[in-house]
Amino acid sequence: MTETITNNPTLTFLGLLIPLLPLMGFLVNGLLGKYLPKGSTGWIGSLTILASFVCVLMIFKDLGAAQSIQIDVFNWISFGNIDISFGLWIDSLTLIMMMVVTGVGFLIHLYSIGYMHADEGFTRFFTYLNLFIFFMLLLVMGSNYLMMFIGWEGVGLCSYLLIGFWFKNDAYNDAAQKAFVMNRIGDLGFLLGMFFILFHFGTLDIQAVQEIAPSLTADSTLLITITLLLFVGAIGKSAQLPLYTWLPDAMAGPTPVSALIHAATMVTAGIYMVVRSNVLFALAPTTLQVILWIGVATSVFAAVIGLKQNDIKKVLAYSTVSQLGLMFAALGLGAFNSGIFHLVTHAFFKALLFLGAGSVIHALSGQQDIRQMGGLKKLIPITYITFLLAALAIAGFPLLSGFFSKDEILAHAFEQNKAIWTILFISSLLTAFYMFRLVFLTFFNSFRGTEEEKHHIHESPWTMTVPLIILCILSVFGGVLGLPVVFHVNHWLDTYLASVTAPSAALVHHGEALSHSVEIGLLSFAGIAAILVIIYAARKYITLRAMPEDDATITGLPKLIYNKFYVDEIYHSLIVVPLFKMSEWFGNFIDKQIIDRAVNGTATMMDSGGKTLRLLQNGNTGTYVFAMVIGMVVLFIIRLLI
Amino acid sequence: MEHTAQMVPLNYYLFLSTFLFCIGVMGVLFRRNAIIILMCIELMLNSVNLLLVAFSSYNGNSDGQVFVFFIMVVAAAEVAVGLALLISIYRNIGSTDIDVLNKLKW
Repeated sequence: MTETITNNPTLTFLGLLIPLLPLMGFLVNGLLGKYLPKGSTGWIGSLTILASFVCVLMIFKDLGAAQSIQIDVFNWISFGNIDISFGLWIDSLTLIMMMVVTGVGFLIHLYSIGYMHADEGFTRFFTYLNLFIFFMLLLVMGSNYLMMFIGWEGVGLCSYLLIGFWFKNDAYNDAAQKAFVMNRIGDLGFLLGMFFILFHFGTLDIQAVQEIAPSLTADSTLLITITLLLFVGAIGKSAQLPLYTWLPDAMAGPTPVSALIHAATMVTAGIYMVVRSNVLFALAPTTLQVILWIGVATSVFAAVIGLKQNDIKKVLAYSTVSQLGLMFAALGLGAFNSGIFHLVTHAFFKALLFLGAGSVIHALSGQQDIRQMGGLKKLIPITYITFLLAALAIAGFPLLSGFFSKDEILAHAFEQNKAIWTILFISSLLTAFYMFRLVFLTFFNSFRGTEEEKHHIHESPWTMTVPLIILCILSVFGGVLGLPVVFHVNHWLDTYLASVTAPSAALVHHGEALSHSVEIGLLSFAGIAAILVIIYAARKYITLRAMPEDDATITGLPKLIYNKFYVDEIYHSLIVVPLFKMSEWFGNFIDKQIIDRAVNGTATMMDSGGKTLRLLQNGNTGTYVFAMVIGMVVLFIIRLLI
Repeated sequence: MEHTAQMVPLNYYLFLSTFLFCIGVMGVLFRRNAIIILMCIELMLNSVNLLLVAFSSYNGNSDGQVFVFFIMVVAAAEVAVGLALLISIYRNIGSTDIDVLNKLKW
């Protein structure tokens, strides 16, 4: 485990500053935003995140890989034996996540200054973004499950606010609501898992739970229940089957939102949670199998749907779902380090892809259909080059970041189960194919839109292109975080995260370790396969100028895929419609007939009771005397009887 | 000198007194003339006087008879005041009917 530091004031101060700065940015922009000059709110929002990032780097410099900081801000809940503190915990895993959140977050804030500059809700956007970063930091820094849950719920809220950012559009509001409701379903699982943990372990502190857990029998029903419930939370938050349909709809939000929330950070919360609780999950191999198969299935399913989408952001959304599936497959294989590695590289290139897409959309003044694009290569070169490199990274082009992280997962799969390896490999090929379908249709050949649109195409301002370039460098060289051992170098991430994941490493069933030659063989095979797929896509879309079908003329299997296998429609008829019918019934019958009648009846009863009792005080003294006589008689009778 | 004649049983006085009291109560409730009501109140007081004297005589305790004196004094004072009020009202309203004297009822 780690050596905990609790008495270093500098580190504690820095640790507290990290979530406080975005919170202050939120408050300043939220409360004072309309009094500040227009452009400044964007810079306030971005600079708080930059300051947070600097604090993270300072802690990173000082903290060793096996050390951690515990900051108990205050003792929050304590009754009986239960003590839950408002605590923050910073160890190597937290630092990695914080660097991703604040680093990529800052770049996206900077990008948004350019992207949203014409929007009337400019200040509101940065307010919500800062709030989101605050909650995300709480999530990754929480020292107990309840703190994590605060962040968990908070990012769900901010996701809702930001997806429905352009709230005047009903469809966007529906998408926001859908995201929130599906997240909530997952949250129920998470909450139930927390209840089980609290009941059986007596504490919600993550470190404490990890220490107590090995003393329970492995694969017991209790552990399986807890981990499955926690995983249900992850399914909702990280958009796995069957709770993934909100993510493509979430593309209704502005593109920086899609980049930050639905690519780099919020959706990775599920992965983080599982890695954080790696001992718990390692002790429940059944759950790991479930995670593995759900991850694999999601990965392939989403990749297939992505093959036929024509909206630039929808392709990227399904790509995100697919890559998340790959990360969960890594976790299911027990390769927690690889999951985090892919999380980091994915954050880089997926954020870059989304920001690049945003740049394209910005250049084309709102066009998102790739069938109306084309030939943008010469017109917006910086966007093109960064987008291309990101696509190469996600496709697994040799030596880029995605190559290393993805192949590490594939190598683990090959060790354990060749069938899993095959399915994931196919998923990777599909990924390469649809990504380059996207690249070639968007940037190559000639422009298919109107002459008017072509005239307006312009490269984005520096606030947008600089983040693109920085993310590009990270996507290309990010592989150095986890160079495989076969290259005779140290796998930095593995050693850095060892204190976090080592406890589970002993418990997880690993296959036979691969020999160096097999590993190099797999690497080369995957690299060459990726290149071949890219060449095939190039031939199809550049040379042969294939075009996706029109919405009206598409038929058969492509139509099925294009309509996302009608999953949304199925959910609608199976779940939404019965719920609405039940709600109507409740409204008409129970609410109107029973409850309204009861409430109105009580009121009427009071009214008539009052009218009757009023007669007691009618000012007629004869009545009063009569009442006196009655009272006397009653008293006499009682006296007689007792 | 010894009493040899039969004494009237106490029960008889009890029933008489109760009967008189009930007549008084019903008079107060049902009669309309204010003077009659005052008379019925007097009747109630006197029935109680009778009962007190009967108990005092039968128990040989003179407390009851002393109490009767008090009641008589009070009854007299009350009647004086009550009739004075009634005369005053009659001079203003011109009637002693209590159905007319109902200003207490809003």
